[in-house]
Amino acid sequence: MSEGILLYAEVNKSGYVQPVFFELACAAQGLSGKLNEPVCALIICAAGYTETVKEGFEKCGFDKVYAVEDERLAEYNTDLYAKAAVDLIKEIEPSIILIGATNQGRDLAPRIASTLKTGLTADCTDLDINENGQLAATRPTFGGKLMATILCKTYPQMASVRPKVFKPLKEDVIKNTEIIYKKPDIDGIEKCVELLSFIKSVHDSVNELEYAQVVVAGGAGMKTANGFEMLEKLAELLNGKVGATRAAADMGIAARDKQIGQTGLTVSPKLYIACGISGSVQHIVGMCDSDKIIAINNDPDAPIFETCDIGYVGDVFEVVPALIKHCYP
Amino acid sequence: MKILVCIKQVPDTSDIRWTENNTICREGLESVTNPCDVYAVEEAVKLGGGAEVTALTMGPQQAETALRGAIAAGCGKGVLLSDRKFSGADTFATSRTISAAIKKHLNDFNLIICGQFASDGDTAQTGPEIAECLGIPQITYVKEIKNIEDGMITVKRELDEGIETVRAKLPALICMLKGDYEPARPLINDVMRAQNAEITVYSAEDLELRETGLKGSPTNVSKSFRMVTKHRPQILGSIEEVAEKIKEFNV
Repeated sequence: MSEGILLYAEVNKSGYVQPVFFELACAAQGLSGKLNEPVCALIICAAGYTETVKEGFEKCGFDKVYAVEDERLAEYNTDLYAKAAVDLIKEIEPSIILIGATNQGRDLAPRIASTLKTGLTADCTDLDINENGQLAATRPTFGGKLMATILCKTYPQMASVRPKVFKPLKEDVIKNTEIIYKKPDIDGIEKCVELLSFIKSVHDSVNELEYAQVVVAGGAGMKTANGFEMLEKLAELLNGKVGATRAAADMGIAARDKQIGQTGLTVSPKLYIACGISGSVQHIVGMCDSDKIIAINNDPDAPIFETCDIGYVGDVFEVVPALIKHCYP
Repeated sequence: MKILVCIKQVPDTSDIRWTENNTICREGLESVTNPCDVYAVEEAVKLGGGAEVTALTMGPQQAETALRGAIAAGCGKGVLLSDRKFSGADTFATSRTISAAIKKHLNDFNLIICGQFASDGDTAQTGPEIAECLGIPQITYVKEIKNIEDGMITVKRELDEGIETVRAKLPALICMLKGDYEPARPLINDVMRAQNAEITVYSAEDLELRETGLKGSPTNVSKSFRMVTKHRPQILGSIEEVAEKIKEFNV
């Protein structure tokens, strides 16, 4: 009998549990309440690592964390991790498995699903339980134009979940988490892919933008890099970060690592100020989960005015300096 | 080097219709070859030198256009998996159908190249699921193929956290991201040759598949709807009001 919700706790290349895991914890809390099934976590890592992050699990209120530890699992490898995960899943038989839709998650999850001959819904942005007690996983398709709610008739029902869609748990739910250690059965498994080198991305500001409370973003309407300097000023005053559309990055007036949208970052700040952004679907999917959106554009027909809370039709080169003055005289 | 390149014909996303069963009505839609797959074909042709490269797709009869495009770009032949019974397939069923065709008819390969994701579904799952089904290693998020030597492939992976260089034993499956270059435009002679090329077609019966398409899919679309956001637009008339709203929202 399948029961329980299992969350995959990904350890990233910097040696931290990925933030998306704590978002999964929040999403799972709602599902757990509806299903009346417990939530537990799975971590695959080097020997001794789990103990160092135990507090994080306790704050999420997990009863159980399954820790598959081994020196050979110190860094991610598709074959070894898939084997370790599949063995554990077969043993505990969860009804639902949620995995963060990160690079690692999207490499690992289909390998697991295919081995278990079960369904996997990719990159979900909403999760619910339907009247039959099934996981109803909703995801954008066709570049975000349409949403599809997908059901899975096999067990476990698997879904990968887009980062930064669910907020991390607001309050800590402290519990005494039991860590159940497992030895992986990977002796005969060939490590088919070998890591030769890794060069860490130098863009540390990327994470700051992703988790900024205020984002001031510019599009092609900012025209030049000087236009973006003006946005930097406003962002600084609001204690926020500057983002950009793909169009602006393509024009070379904003750095590529500031790109927000389908092929860039997904952000969900408290306040998003869109300056000179027309609002293509590709951009909207990267920012529409922001709490409040203020749009400034000189074209009253720009689609951005359909996805905002406050709109103002005007020239950004007049409006932004005026806002800086008004906010901080 | 014998290479299989798995491609997908995707609908033009500005014109979408759905069937009663909430699956996509693909017939009659404007179609293109999935952008990542165009690079998969380019890389395969560069490595395989034409005749040794087979382009493979699953879809309705019209998907042969994508195969002809791949042949014009330099692939040696095209294989189309087409059957009404394949329709409504999710990534699992698709990977099973493609794997069945590979096992039965195309098993003599060194490398399989897929696109990292399709522009319509964006699941990025079919490639890894094929690799698992065939029991071969996978490398996802490949930006560049460095070399193939002594039965090993070395590639550069582009990840959010940085750039990895990895090596895998062949046979293997790799998933290509879009390249930073413009794909070569085929010459008119190549387009003509592709128009006349013979496309091999396999049906569910040819592949001895029973559970396939929607029937063989663990997942199904229960409903689809247009994206609605929580934002209710209000257009303001003065900059002062906008400034007040910024203060109100930024607490």
